[in-house]
Amino acid sequence: MQTGIPLFPENASTFATPVDTLYVALVLVSIVFMVLIAGLVIGFAIRYRTRPGSEGAKQIHGATSLELLWTAVPLGIVMVIFVWGTKVWFQISRPPAQAEQYYVTGKQWMWKIQHPTGQREINMLHVPINQPIQLRMISEDVIHSFYIPAFRVKRDVLPGRYSTMWFEATKAGTYHLFCAEYCGTKHSQMIGSVIVMEPADYERWLSGAVAGESPRDQGEKLFAALRCDTCHTGLQGARGPDFKGLWGQKVQLSDGSSVTFDEDYVRESILIPTAKTVVGFQQLMPTYAGQVGEDQILSLIAYLKSLSDPAQGGAKP
Amino acid sequence: MSSTVAPHAAAPRPDLPATDGHAVEPRENYLNVDYGWKSWLLSTDHKRIAVMYLITIMFMILVGGSFAILLRLELATPAGDLLQSETYNKIFTMHGVVMVFFFLIPGIPAVLGNFLVPIMIGAKDLAFPKINLLSYYIFLAGITLTLIAVAMGGVDTGWTFYTPYSSTYANSQVALAAIAVFVTGFSSILTGLNFIVTVHKMRAPGMTWFRLPLFIWAQYATSLIIMLGTPVIAITVALVGLERLFHIGIFDPTYGGDPVLFQHMFWFYSHPAVYIMILPAMGVMSELVTAFSKKRVFGYHIMAFSTLAIAVIGFFVWGHHLFVSGQSTYAGVMFSVITMLVAVPSAIKVFNWVSTMYRGDVWLTTPMCFAIAFLGLFTVGGLTGIFLGAMGFDIHVHDTYFVVAHFHYVMVGGMVTAFFGGIHFWWPKMFGRMYPENMGRISAAIIFIGFNLTFFPQFILGYMGMPRRYHFYPEEWQVLNVLSTAGATLLGTGYLLPMIYLPWSLKFGKVASKNPWGAKGLEWQIDSPPTTFNFDKVPIVTEEAYAYPEGSRHQREAEVV
Ligand SMILES: [Cu+2]
Ligand SMILES: [Cu+2]
Repeated sequence: MQTGIPLFPENASTFATPVDTLYVALVLVSIVFMVLIAGLVIGFAIRYRTRPGSEGAKQIHGATSLELLWTAVPLGIVMVIFVWGTKVWFQISRPPAQAEQYYVTGKQWMWKIQHPTGQREINMLHVPINQPIQLRMISEDVIHSFYIPAFRVKRDVLPGRYSTMWFEATKAGTYHLFCAEYCGTKHSQMIGSVIVMEPADYERWLSGAVAGESPRDQGEKLFAALRCDTCHTGLQGARGPDFKGLWGQKVQLSDGSSVTFDEDYVRESILIPTAKTVVGFQQLMPTYAGQVGEDQILSLIAYLKSLSDPAQGGAKP
Repeated sequence: MSSTVAPHAAAPRPDLPATDGHAVEPRENYLNVDYGWKSWLLSTDHKRIAVMYLITIMFMILVGGSFAILLRLELATPAGDLLQSETYNKIFTMHGVVMVFFFLIPGIPAVLGNFLVPIMIGAKDLAFPKINLLSYYIFLAGITLTLIAVAMGGVDTGWTFYTPYSSTYANSQVALAAIAVFVTGFSSILTGLNFIVTVHKMRAPGMTWFRLPLFIWAQYATSLIIMLGTPVIAITVALVGLERLFHIGIFDPTYGGDPVLFQHMFWFYSHPAVYIMILPAMGVMSELVTAFSKKRVFGYHIMAFSTLAIAVIGFFVWGHHLFVSGQSTYAGVMFSVITMLVAVPSAIKVFNWVSTMYRGDVWLTTPMCFAIAFLGLFTVGGLTGIFLGAMGFDIHVHDTYFVVAHFHYVMVGGMVTAFFGGIHFWWPKMFGRMYPENMGRISAAIIFIGFNLTFFPQFILGYMGMPRRYHFYPEEWQVLNVLSTAGATLLGTGYLLPMIYLPWSLKFGKVASKNPWGAKGLEWQIDSPPTTFNFDKVPIVTEEAYAYPEGSRHQREAEVV
């Protein structure tokens, strides 16, 4: 039990200062209003207290100018706060293009993490300093929420749908990782650590950890093992669409609508192939629900993505 | 004091009515008209039903409060050493369910509203007295189902019942608790319906809309929210129950549902429910501040309209509970801006209450002490609501103790403080007895200090990052948690005191006059306690609400013991 009361969590990401600044501003505004209201209430309660010889109540019906004043001033202040809060929000919710993708799967009651280079860890997240990192997250059961107070970021992790969050750590150290959405008996033990390292230390850690294959390579193997390649041959007249250069493109569907070829669409098509069929193809694909886990789907996604990335030997969209 | 009460000449004897010269045996009233069990249990008198609600709700406060004390005791240490995690989770769930659905929501409407709505508008009873009794028994059925759910092992989903945990994964009495909430909803709906019809149809001659006490405006606006919102929560929890039993696939993605849809439906009701709790409290505040300042309310019209504005705008802010759940950014921006707007009418009200005290004749009775406590606590709660409405800030403190502290400041600091203020204000009217004034003031002070000690540290804990609903927590947060637990002990004591001296006063308190506070309002012109039909003849209203004459001063009759 330590003595002294800390007021701020560690400042360890690029978001911490903007969020703390907004917080301090809000606290100052609140203090001004509290002092004003408490001062008036206490002042009036004393000055106008009933007592022998008090002058009695002076009946005042209201004063339009005053009422306009205390409608307009709070309105102005909350609008400034709204704009400020929204600006901070946009900063936190828009990842830069060069962010590295990490994968997170939540389940009762642990966090499973996979690095772009294939290392896996549980309830720990090692990241390099000064590098934007994006987490692509999904839950295998109920809703969880990935929360790193030192970074001032949090995002719910949902079943059946990907969510993402990003951050850039600015200070080496070990920080709390919490599940912030109540998820059952051991919710308060669904915790871990985020370890921010200098790039060299991170490289050393990566080479020391059980490396395994990168998600992309695992995905490529799975693609063959699950026989995806018998239909998605990539050749003319194949029974399934060719994925080269398709990532991020709009795809025409057989019902006339279109959809972006992205993580959510790929995941849905693996689990419910009949939901959105690409125009010109028949509904031949069987469902893989129950045969592939969320981790494997993430690997397949990494592989399909690489097919549209020239740097990884894929085709230009 | 108005002309109905003569100034007391000699020191009155405690066993005698202080002022209006009745004999020792009080005149027949709604309490002594019949003592049989049946005459209570089958009564359609709005006042008797209010008393039955009061007793029931006080029992629920004790139940919910004991859960709270257990939670705070557990959190005095970082390790989960007092309770099992499973038990801890069930206790915070039951604390929330009991307090929200069986105290905060029905508290003021069912007790003070039931007692006062007909009297304040000059009517004999509510429009549908039998439906009023029915709504009480539905409420009782809801409580019974909840207690059965507790006895059968309890519920562990949190009072928010988030899916798919509640619909698929939880191994506890979710279906039963959902039925309990569903049933209780009908009790609210019937009460709301009753109030709306009563206010429209039963006002005494001369009681125009803009002569209504602001308490009535608040009950009216609350009833509108209840009628529009409660069916949605009833349907939502019913769907959770159905999904649990039959896997119908509304919320659980395994069956093709959408878990975030639940959050939209839940908060579509549960955000307005915050206003179901706080608007009646604001109505009580207007009565207390005017009565003890001997003043007209500052800006009657803007007070009435801001009540309606809160009721309407409050329906369009629910998405501020979903900033990190994955709703679209643009939806988030809209919900954020509307959340900011809804703060304005609340700010107006606070300033108008403060201005009502200006140049008044301020009498610091127990109810007024509670009113001042409300102003302090509700202002903190309201201001921190603006923090949470700012999206970039919410990301960090969402689902942390910052939120826990914020809503306790609004609901407990606001609604519960006003509830106690109102109970003390109308206690002489309801039961014809005065309670010991100084005990009342002391308990208001203890509650104010205990409350701040309990919940202020939680703002800091939240900003440090302590998630809510955590059974275990990191050691570095123990100091703040111990402070909070110490505060809770003090707060509990503050709430227990009135539960002792108020029942005590029923037998030993000084007999109250018609109008011990010298307040305006029709309820103060009739007997304490009122007769069964409230008025001997239909009152004719000729003046505005709070029409205190120029230069009014308190006679401080209640302080003479
Ligand atoms: Cu959790
Ligand atoms: Cu809300």
